[in-house]
Amino acid sequence: MSSAKVQSEASVMERGDVVSPLTVSGLSAAYQKKPVLRGVTFTVTEGELIGVIGPNGAGKSTMMKAALGLIPRLGGEVLVYGKPYKQQRKLVGYVPQRESVDWDFPTNALDVVMMGRYGHLGLFGRPGAKERAIAMECLAKVGMADFAARQISQLSGGQQQRVFLARALAQDASLYFMDEPFAGVDAATEKAIITLLQELKQQGKTVIVVHHDLATVEEYFDSVLLLNVELVAYGPTKDVFTQELLQHTYGGRLAFLERNSLAKTDNKKG
Amino acid sequence: MSDFWILLTGVLVAACSGILGTFLVLRKMAMIGDAISHSVMPGIVIAFLLSGSRDSLLMMVAAMACGLFAVFLIQLFQNKGVQADASIGVVFTALFAIGVLLVSLFARQVHLDQDAILYGEIAYVHWNTWIVNGMDLGPKAVWLLGVTLIIIVAVISLFYKQFKLCSFDPALAAACGIPVALFHYLLMGMVSMATVSSFESVGAILVVGMLIIPAAAAYLLTDRLGMMIVWSVGVGILSVFAGYGVAVALDASIAGCIVCAAAALFVLAFLFSPSHGIVAKKLRLRKLAA
Repeated sequence: MSSAKVQSEASVMERGDVVSPLTVSGLSAAYQKKPVLRGVTFTVTEGELIGVIGPNGAGKSTMMKAALGLIPRLGGEVLVYGKPYKQQRKLVGYVPQRESVDWDFPTNALDVVMMGRYGHLGLFGRPGAKERAIAMECLAKVGMADFAARQISQLSGGQQQRVFLARALAQDASLYFMDEPFAGVDAATEKAIITLLQELKQQGKTVIVVHHDLATVEEYFDSVLLLNVELVAYGPTKDVFTQELLQHTYGGRLAFLERNSLAKTDNKKG
Repeated sequence: MSDFWILLTGVLVAACSGILGTFLVLRKMAMIGDAISHSVMPGIVIAFLLSGSRDSLLMMVAAMACGLFAVFLIQLFQNKGVQADASIGVVFTALFAIGVLLVSLFARQVHLDQDAILYGEIAYVHWNTWIVNGMDLGPKAVWLLGVTLIIIVAVISLFYKQFKLCSFDPALAAACGIPVALFHYLLMGMVSMATVSSFESVGAILVVGMLIIPAAAAYLLTDRLGMMIVWSVGVGILSVFAGYGVAVALDASIAGCIVCAAAALFVLAFLFSPSHGIVAKKLRLRKLAA
């Protein structure tokens, strides 16, 4: 399956000379010599919500980390608004998986959100009243203003995820990478998060989300990137989120998927 | 006067290790602190053999190099698939053994007392003074520790937000362009420095107690990073005073008593901390059940 074929040619035309928020070409990465990402190439359209879909071990998180330079690349190039990521850090926000940090760390919700401003403060700058105000505002946007002074270990999983999103908002980026923001959150939080993502989109921001729940893909995302070590397909959700391409992405495991989430999807279509 | 110098030395050790220990505990690197403190041993002996004196600068440089070398080796083994705790165990015992070997080989030529290295001789710090133009400027250990403390305070307060973010969320730190590895080695360099400066007073083995125990107690006493550092230093200083008092009363090892006092304070925090202590937790549960 050629990936470039599905990547919507129309969207490339439409963009004209507008610089894409993210251009990834030939990106490869490996852990301990075992390739987990091979030659991934795609160009993102500005102002979209993009779902990254694929089975476990398909390299979804790895792709984000490699794009952000958190793990060494074996090859390939990543351009953020036409320039290497290193020159564009302030334009990029990142929400790691919630389990990646120690929630027993001695700090409170407001403090975590203020960390989103650190990238803007320079080498010696200290967070002050201005950063505090921004952080409070961001906490309010995710409905967590009342929990500002709460020790982070005292928050529920969903609340912790909201704090992480508030921190991403505080980064005030144009392009966001979010690694499984919907993992392990309750329905209310999931609703709050998707509303927030749609607001970001309306502000013209681009959000790339690693996502697991196939049942909500069509509802949430404008474009879908199917990944299984190699790029299977990338393009508008209606073109790419098809049974055939999912079969390619998930291989034999699709039999199970078919009966569950996809059945639901097809019903909706019908 | 000797009391004063001993206590001041102890307080400086507590301050240096209390600050750094906080970050070691939060980064779950307590055993790395242990590893560094043992690994600086060959550095100290080699510097001693080269210079023939206990003069500090060369010793400091050599020991720091050894400490960082140990951290580097541990990282290397880990990256190549050796389990984290095994690679720590391999590296620090091996380097420490080399140090022991060197001491035993050359101990007769150079007056380096193995016991003093292992257990420290805080009681004698006021004997080894710094004399410039005939003027006695006080114990060398106090000067060394004072300078170390100034460096630690300066570095940590200048780069507080970097150290904090690297400890809490290294991935975001790296994404923000903070050189995570550099700050890692900076912290490890300071731990090596603090270890060497504390060496003469509390020795290679007990300095780990001062690095980890007060910080572990502080972790149980507060929910804010800044306060954790304050508590960590506070618990350390309290242990120095309590430990020295007990040591004088019992005529026992001062360093041993100081670390025992720190351990006793840790147990107190573990039991009675208002937020994290088990007694408070039991009471809260009982209240919920009632």
